[in-house]
Amino acid sequence: MRSFKESNLFQAWLVLLLATAFGAALAGIQTKLGPVIEANKTRETLAKIPALVLGEDPAAALASQKKSLSITLRTIEIERNGVKKFYTVYDAFFEDGTLAGYVAKASGQGYADKIELLLGLDTEGKTITGLFILDQKETPGLGNRIIEKPWRDQFLDQASATRLVVGKGNPGKANEIDAISGATISSRSVTGIVNNTITDIKAQLVIPPKEAAEKPAPPGNETGKIKENT
Amino acid sequence: MADSPTPFERFVQGILPENPVYRQLLGLCPTLAVTNGMKPALTMACSVGFVLLCANIVISLIRNLLKPHLRIVIFTLTIATFVTIADRFLAAYFFQMSKTLGPYIPLIIVNCIIICRCEVCASKQGVVTAASDAIGQALGFGLALSSIAAVREILGTGMLFGIRVLPDAWPDWVIMVLPPGAFITLGLLLGCVNWIGILKARRSAK
Repeated sequence: MRSFKESNLFQAWLVLLLATAFGAALAGIQTKLGPVIEANKTRETLAKIPALVLGEDPAAALASQKKSLSITLRTIEIERNGVKKFYTVYDAFFEDGTLAGYVAKASGQGYADKIELLLGLDTEGKTITGLFILDQKETPGLGNRIIEKPWRDQFLDQASATRLVVGKGNPGKANEIDAISGATISSRSVTGIVNNTITDIKAQLVIPPKEAAEKPAPPGNETGKIKENT
Repeated sequence: MADSPTPFERFVQGILPENPVYRQLLGLCPTLAVTNGMKPALTMACSVGFVLLCANIVISLIRNLLKPHLRIVIFTLTIATFVTIADRFLAAYFFQMSKTLGPYIPLIIVNCIIICRCEVCASKQGVVTAASDAIGQALGFGLALSSIAAVREILGTGMLFGIRVLPDAWPDWVIMVLPPGAFITLGLLLGCVNWIGILKARRSAK
């Protein structure tokens, strides 16, 4: 019988002690920095919403008037092929309580990793008003050009009723997105995510005008009121 | 406990004579992955420097308590803790940069430069030597990363730190910011450093 001093447990006392101490230190750091990191993510999303709903120039004009949009957050739950999917949708309201549009957060598989994007839709959910890529790890120089504005702007004003297709060499054709040369898969992924999102949330997206009028986002709600110039 | 090399020797050796990238060929994963721009390269170098310094100091302080067969566990535990701190810190205060670097910050845990310094220096020598060793190696790593990043960013995008340095007529060599560019640049610079080393050795032999 080995004595306790020779046992593995005793020999590992330093490992156990350090693991506990380091674990405690990390827990402390996470408690302190966790909210800051979450706030960073939320801030990035909220800062994009006015431009996605109104377009870049009107959003800038609104900001210069020191006005802001009130944003409320809701979750749309859909079931497809027996799998439940959740979409976060931000409803944007003008200061007088009229609806400005919707922004849906969506994600899907890209060429390298998950692509996360924000999709802006008008008050009736019929037209795409903006697209922004929140997170992607596509190939630098090729696939990561999906974040560039000229390419994203092809989605502007496209009707949501028909599915978008990826084409080559027909820029400007309705319902057609010109693929980035050398990055057809990334282009298809983004277009696919946009199509799927619209199909999934279409039925639940539009708030009936009456309800919208009764529901001017109260200040100090969950996501709060944001100044556009932040 | 041998007191040589001295803290100063350790410090100087890390920068060029024993440069982690050009001499020891360690830590090549981040060297290849994040050197497509100066900003990510310097952020990576600073993060590695921070982890290296903290890990070396902690390991040096507890070096007399280490059991030979459990030392690697303790090295990894210490390194992982400081890497997580660096990762969280970047995500909280340098959010965009943390997004750019993606998984490469957490991957510092398996960066062999750090475990090598813990094994070679910190587990055998005092705190001052370990700390100066860490600073020297971190500077050497930073030097290597920034030299590769400068070449790649200038040739690949015509910019340095995101500011245009080459005339607009420069046709950006996209391949330089893509992974193959990292291998080409590392190979050529490594060759240059070795070539200079050989020339120096010959001259001093004469």
